[in-house]
Amino acid sequence: MEISFTLDGKEILLDTNPLRRILDVLRDDFGLTGIKEGCGEGECGACAVLLDGNIVNSCIVPIGYIQDCEIVTIEGFRETDRFRIIAEAFAEAGAVQCGFCTPGMIIATEALLRKNSRPTRDEIRQHLSGNLCRCTGMNMIIEAVEIASQKGGGLW
Amino acid sequence: MSETIGKSIPRVDVLDKCGGSAKYVDDMKFDNMLYAKTLRSTRPRAKILSLEIPALPDGYYIIDRNDVPGRNRVRILIYDQPFFAEDVVNYIGEPILLVVGADKAKILDIISQIEVHYEDLEPILSIEDAESGDKEPIFGEDNRFVDYEYSKGDPDKAFAASATIIENEYRTGYQEQLYLEPHGVIGVFRDGKVTVYGCMQCPFYARNAVIEGLGWDEERVQIIQTTTGGAFGGKEEYPSLICGQAAFAAVKTGHPVKLIFERTEDIEVTTKRHPSIVKHRTAFDAAGNILAMDVDIKFDGGAYAGLSDVVLQRGMFCAVGAYDIPNLRIGGRAFATNTVPCGAFRGFGAPQAFFAVEMQMQNIADKLGIDPIDFKLRYALKKGDTTSTGGILRDEIKIPEIMRTIDDMSNFRDKFQKYENESGNIRHGIGFSLFFHGCGFTGNGENIISGKITLRKSSDGAVEILISNTEMGQGALTALRKIVAKTLNIPIEDVIYENPDTDRVPDSGPTVASRTTVIVGGLLEIAAAELKERWHESGEIEISKVYKHPDYITWDQKSLHGDAYPTYSWGANVVEVEIDTITCEITLKKVWAVFDVGMAIDEKMLRGQIEGGIAQGLGYGNIEVMNSNDGKIQQNSITDYMIPTASDLPEIESQLIDNPYPYGPFGAKCAGELTLVGAGIALASAVQNALGSQIYKIPVRPEDLLEEFENGN
Repeated sequence: MEISFTLDGKEILLDTNPLRRILDVLRDDFGLTGIKEGCGEGECGACAVLLDGNIVNSCIVPIGYIQDCEIVTIEGFRETDRFRIIAEAFAEAGAVQCGFCTPGMIIATEALLRKNSRPTRDEIRQHLSGNLCRCTGMNMIIEAVEIASQKGGGLW
Repeated sequence: MSETIGKSIPRVDVLDKCGGSAKYVDDMKFDNMLYAKTLRSTRPRAKILSLEIPALPDGYYIIDRNDVPGRNRVRILIYDQPFFAEDVVNYIGEPILLVVGADKAKILDIISQIEVHYEDLEPILSIEDAESGDKEPIFGEDNRFVDYEYSKGDPDKAFAASATIIENEYRTGYQEQLYLEPHGVIGVFRDGKVTVYGCMQCPFYARNAVIEGLGWDEERVQIIQTTTGGAFGGKEEYPSLICGQAAFAAVKTGHPVKLIFERTEDIEVTTKRHPSIVKHRTAFDAAGNILAMDVDIKFDGGAYAGLSDVVLQRGMFCAVGAYDIPNLRIGGRAFATNTVPCGAFRGFGAPQAFFAVEMQMQNIADKLGIDPIDFKLRYALKKGDTTSTGGILRDEIKIPEIMRTIDDMSNFRDKFQKYENESGNIRHGIGFSLFFHGCGFTGNGENIISGKITLRKSSDGAVEILISNTEMGQGALTALRKIVAKTLNIPIEDVIYENPDTDRVPDSGPTVASRTTVIVGGLLEIAAAELKERWHESGEIEISKVYKHPDYITWDQKSLHGDAYPTYSWGANVVEVEIDTITCEITLKKVWAVFDVGMAIDEKMLRGQIEGGIAQGLGYGNIEVMNSNDGKIQQNSITDYMIPTASDLPEIESQLIDNPYPYGPFGAKCAGELTLVGAGIALASAVQNALGSQIYKIPVRPEDLLEEFENGN
């Protein structure tokens, strides 16, 4: 089946089995390995991408579902000023350890800030509860989101 | 860097990890690479009578016991675990063979067509089963991987003279490391040599195992660690098994072979924290003073010995906690059962032993009506005291300061009293734990390993760290660079430290036992100081150092007597909870933590260790429930095995007490594991304070509390 979608700003026309997971298409066909498979069942958030601006776990969405949609991966997002602010905030807050959850965490941060540029701590906790991190205990990631929100100025 | 070393700098790997360009093993591709999937035992204990394998399409292969050219046993401490099962299987999930080929779907199809004919044997499914001796043993004659006992003072006499004895039994469950990156390896065979890439903590453990599995010379085996997405002990010994499998597959097929675990597989078949049963008997005189303790520790080791021996030893050396008790008997056994092998997990036997002793001390304090901080302080170890193994505590011990600080931070004493008297449906509770972690390997482990490091200055002034220790998230790449850069007074950018490749680095030992900063970092500091003296020399300079304990350390492995560790780090945790007595749901309100880890090499990274360790400890104490039923792990997904999320985890307030260790780099001791040990205990103790019911088991589950409530408590 032919599926057309926008991937990190580029128009894509792909002939593939529509039941393949977005995660596999992005990693195997496009070499976009920034997104990670942590669980394969939509629980951990390591494979998060933006689908029309909303965060989705790409391990549980089939590629056939995204006809005419816009996908942004960490590889696309890292070219933006918003990424720079978030990554600097993650560095400053000590929010990165093993790094396996980090691209998904950053996508989740962007998804939150684009809807709510000044989230409260509780709103951040709620929003990030679908992205698991086994290393940090989460508080330093929450602080990173706060720093990004403060330093982001007019970006969101 | 004129400031103190503890001042934080951004991690060297932060931008690659944020942007997704850091390459983990599953992100790597090789030309003509094949994939592998493991066929596993579905029986806890059975003879394999025969295997029916369908005709394989071209380019598809079976790799099994017949493809192990050397010894079909994984070298860990002993050689009892096969790379691929032979005539029997001993746990559900034990690897029997790999199916290898180019297309993942076709591999799964082949796996589904393979039939294994078993003859079931009666399995040993629990510690009680193993101990009873009713079933044919799995290991030796008595199902015990190890059986130790040692004493101090005269426990028999003390018990005989005692006025009262308090006896309790404490239990802990499995805990899964749940690193976010599942296990994975890629084996490559070229020019007569095997290279295995993978996420791991101990490249030389893997190399030694692969060398023996292949039966080849060591020059023909190379292990390269890839960026590792968390480990927590789970990638200590387990990778040795799959590095071997990937190597055999690469040699047989002539192709690079990638083996990546799915999450369910990773949870079901890889090592976990040992479930434990710990019995405490405490003897008192008529005035209520502790005369003696008798502690009996039992660990469920699972089907193969793995690291159970040394995990148990560390547990035993923590059996009486941070207390000076004159008369002791400490026994420990690790049992063989037909369940998934247990192994290393941050804390390494200590969390089980500390849970038991800390709850016992809490229960005694409750019984005597004494504040737990005051009671524990009365028995707390001091400089000059001897440990349970007769080791001398030579360094300053700051337990009184730790206790005072955490009481001031948390207002523990007042809250403890207040919460004891609460009634109504919403109750509060506060709990306290005191604990230590022995730095580096247990016993004479460091002298046996004799870790070797090399520093190499090239003619352009760059300095490379050549060691086998790995970054797994904890920050080694940054911390060790900092130690070298600070000692040499050069910018950190001039220090090179790559993921280890066993062809390039000496064996500085595994990345375990919280030894990387204190032991390896200590050697690097010494080498860097020497390099500084020779800095003016032209050309390349290479300096190597080999670790040896300070001369005053003595240890007798046979009697388990002497200095089990060269030094200790210390900690105290307080956890505050709120409990709805209708549902018994536990809400974590706040955690306070005070640690003496010597000196911080980087305050922010250390805070990351503290908060991450505490989060894992809270999970261990509360929501991380894992059971084995008929030999099968019941919670085999992240849906069923829950770890704390952003909405579960409370604010954590921590403080450090400086206490420089003369042999550690910039005074640093150990930190990584210590941070996990106390949180689950303080949580359990807080529940006890809130509900007034005794907690003998972690994780503390609401359903168990409800039952206790309904039984009239």
